[in-house]
Amino acid sequence: MSERICKSFKILVGMEIHVQLATKSKMFTGAANGFGGEPNTQVDPVVLGLPGTLPVMNKKAVEYSIKVGLALGCQIARQCKWDRKSYYYPDLPKNYQISQYDLPLCSTGMYDLILKDGRVKSIRIRRAHLEEDAGKLMHEAPGGYAIDWSIVDLNRAGTPLLEIVTEPDFESGEEVAAFGQELQKIVQYLGVSEAQMQMGHMRFEPNINVHITDQNGIVHKTAITEIKNLNSFSVLQRATDYEAQRQIRQWQDTGSLGKKSTYGWDEVHGRTFHQRDKEEANEYRYFPDPDLVPVHVDDLWLSNLKLEIGELPTARRKRYVEVLGLKEKDAAILATDRETGDFFEAVLAGGAPAPRASTLMEALRELANDTGQSVSKLGVSPQRIAEIAKLVTDNKIAASKEIAKKIVSALVEKDAPAEETAKQLGLLQSSDTGEVDAAIDALLATNPPAMADYQGGKQAALGSLVGMVMKSVRGLNPKLVQEGLKKRLG
Amino acid sequence: MSISSLAFDTLLAARDAIRDRKISSVELTQQALARIEALEPRILAFNSLYADRALAQAKAVDEGERTGSLAGVPIAIKDNLCTRYGTTTCSSKMLANFRAPYDATVVKMLEAAGAVIVGKTNLDEFAMGSSTENSAFKTTRNPWDTSRVPGGSSGGSAAALAAGMCCASLGSDTGGSIRQPAALCGLVGLKPTYGRVSRYGLVAFASSLDQIGPFGWTVADAALLLNVISGHDPKDSTSVPTAVPDYLASLDQPVKGLRIGIAKEFELTAGMDPQVKAAVDTAIALYKSMGATIVDVSLPHTEYGIAAYYVIAPCEASSNLARYDGVHFGHRTKEPVENIIELFSKSRAEGFGEEVQRRIMIGTYALSSGYYDAYYVRALQAKTLIKRDFDQAFEKCDAILCPTTPTPAFKAGEKTGDPLQMYLCDVFTVTCNIAGIAGLSMPCGFTNGDQPLPIGMQLLGPTFSEEKLLRIARMYESATDWNTRRPKLEPV
Repeated sequence: MSERICKSFKILVGMEIHVQLATKSKMFTGAANGFGGEPNTQVDPVVLGLPGTLPVMNKKAVEYSIKVGLALGCQIARQCKWDRKSYYYPDLPKNYQISQYDLPLCSTGMYDLILKDGRVKSIRIRRAHLEEDAGKLMHEAPGGYAIDWSIVDLNRAGTPLLEIVTEPDFESGEEVAAFGQELQKIVQYLGVSEAQMQMGHMRFEPNINVHITDQNGIVHKTAITEIKNLNSFSVLQRATDYEAQRQIRQWQDTGSLGKKSTYGWDEVHGRTFHQRDKEEANEYRYFPDPDLVPVHVDDLWLSNLKLEIGELPTARRKRYVEVLGLKEKDAAILATDRETGDFFEAVLAGGAPAPRASTLMEALRELANDTGQSVSKLGVSPQRIAEIAKLVTDNKIAASKEIAKKIVSALVEKDAPAEETAKQLGLLQSSDTGEVDAAIDALLATNPPAMADYQGGKQAALGSLVGMVMKSVRGLNPKLVQEGLKKRLG
Repeated sequence: MSISSLAFDTLLAARDAIRDRKISSVELTQQALARIEALEPRILAFNSLYADRALAQAKAVDEGERTGSLAGVPIAIKDNLCTRYGTTTCSSKMLANFRAPYDATVVKMLEAAGAVIVGKTNLDEFAMGSSTENSAFKTTRNPWDTSRVPGGSSGGSAAALAAGMCCASLGSDTGGSIRQPAALCGLVGLKPTYGRVSRYGLVAFASSLDQIGPFGWTVADAALLLNVISGHDPKDSTSVPTAVPDYLASLDQPVKGLRIGIAKEFELTAGMDPQVKAAVDTAIALYKSMGATIVDVSLPHTEYGIAAYYVIAPCEASSNLARYDGVHFGHRTKEPVENIIELFSKSRAEGFGEEVQRRIMIGTYALSSGYYDAYYVRALQAKTLIKRDFDQAFEKCDAILCPTTPTPAFKAGEKTGDPLQMYLCDVFTVTCNIAGIAGLSMPCGFTNGDQPLPIGMQLLGPTFSEEKLLRIARMYESATDWNTRRPKLEPV
């Protein structure tokens, strides 16, 4: 038997992501789309699938889905329909799920994911369609004691669920998790889902395979496996990486490329485990739901939704880089979360130049992180931040993040004009040329060697001289100090 | 003892008599209940009776607490319409004990109009059949000849009215289930345009074809009932917001320049009873004598009607009936089961009758991958062609006239052994559902012999043409007296 050596490999991961939409009522009926509560209380005859009941589409859920589709750069179908997906399961009251089969609401999108190293990776979105969720089966009684039957809770049944499917454009667990986090921010930005991971508002199913190149340059493609129902970013990342490595190991050890199958994640042992092989094709007997009418998305509706969304994170980020000249990384941070972005916009509106405003936002973010808050909740108005920016522009304070943080911290305690606060903190710097000249004179008198160095051609000595002058008398404007020194040393 | 008939046995006459205090609602309701008590053992029309509730409703009308355009009139409804009170069984063992926690929209509308609901009537299980012989409980008998079937699936509603147990009734029509029993029982039966009447609370058989409609002795009764039940319902996305005219107001205005279409495809059907053909020909002649133009139209894809229907309807049924699994409601097997699949399959095998199981299997098969395109998609193509046929035909005529059924009422048991023979009862009626247009059946004669049987003719009109269709029917009715005949039902 010849040896199998994995010379190189490429991991290919596509994702299916379920996002629960935070509409007031369920997908096809007026029952509350709430969470918790006693089992089977968030239901009505339609949720229960009682004979004679009919579904009526929740327009809001469609609007929420269109917003996500737009944010992911998708084509929005001008006409789509509802299909029944049939399978028998006790948590599915009608034994069919209303979903979208061949005409999804959103298709062929593209999302620029910014990776940790700053690289931008374009992720193709295959489709995003809307469907109703199933209920839950429980195999132990509430309180945790054993029963030899199962109980059904239909509170979750009928909840609007957006299923987003990407092309296999991810190459690592890290990328997959980064996208998951990005998507969480997007749906929160759009206000369409609470996207609380621990509540199961987002569920991930990575589809993984590996292209292995052996020592002879031959490429071996492993069978695609799907890991079901992951609901934390950390698990998503670890499970994806583990599964890719498992496939490589399996090929190395046995030569097997595996079978198309479904895996689960065992958190205790930190590994994936085989659940079942996938049949050739699932027999879901899809057909158009005759109880519902097709959805027409006209120009007016679509443009109104675009207006409601306003500027999307991607567009905002792009503008920050291209128009405001911010660094890609800073732009991304400012743009992903709507509150932060809006706050930044308000600082700009207060007259702050963009790069300075961006630096100040970074200072704010650091302070906010220390206290576990968001920037907008710190309690300092964008106007005050703009005032700080102006103090820098006017050379009244040093262009230092640390100084800005000091002023902001004081403003959090007590709101007052920024200049007043800076003054109280002794952070205002003197632009009095007389004072500067006196300090220079005093220093030069006590430190002739430095002066000699500079005059001898050592340009770098200027910096250290400025530093020494600044140190000797606190609160001087460094710019004036530099100018004064240059003049004196000629 | 002879059984006295209702003092006023048509909807309009009874409504006016109660309004004008010629009779009280309680009195009329008591008469209806008395007839039900006397005749039910022979007719077997009702699955459940609401005598006490009906009398209370009647009393409320008499005391002026309930008003409306149907105030005080006893009406029966098909037992596939959900009601908060009593059971809604669909004549199936599966739902024998099912109690809906809500009223169907049409039931709410009837009650808001002051109707007195006397009970719920027998049908072929889940409305699948043409004779009520597929009921899990009993076979309803035709009041004109109790050895014969009343038609189906709304056979109970038709027989209850024909036997004078109520003044009007509601049925549902998926492939002819109102029009065929109306023809076999000598009544007017209307299948409204798809979307005219809300389906909310009608237990679904085939959602894209199902429509609730009225039975009456007269065209006016059908019009009055249609007035009450029509209109958009926010709970049914397929109901249409098209304005509802007053169907009764214009009823006696003859249609000027009336053009009656005759489709040759409807004439060529084998197995046509000559007496039915003769009666329909006479009706055509009568329209002509009233000044109507008789035009030949062509519906070339009619021959695909039955085939398309018996794909589309079972496909939808297989999905609609998937919810009856013994888990959440309905019949659950008492046999021991090893797992959930066994619970599903045993409950369904016990709960569903043979015809329902047959259609579920046909539909499941036809929707499966590999067969979907060959059956469902092609059936939908046939649907498009059938629709287009009608659209083109209605450019040339106001209504198409044809027999409702190829034969009068047949004997109980005559066709139960051969489902295909039973399916052919629908040959003239299914294309109307497939195209979603309006169709009406009305009596146009009786067979010869000791026990004459009613013969029905069908008038088909474009979508939302009910107003005109009823006027056309009324023109014929006012020139004939078929609607005044009643079956003789002496106690045995």
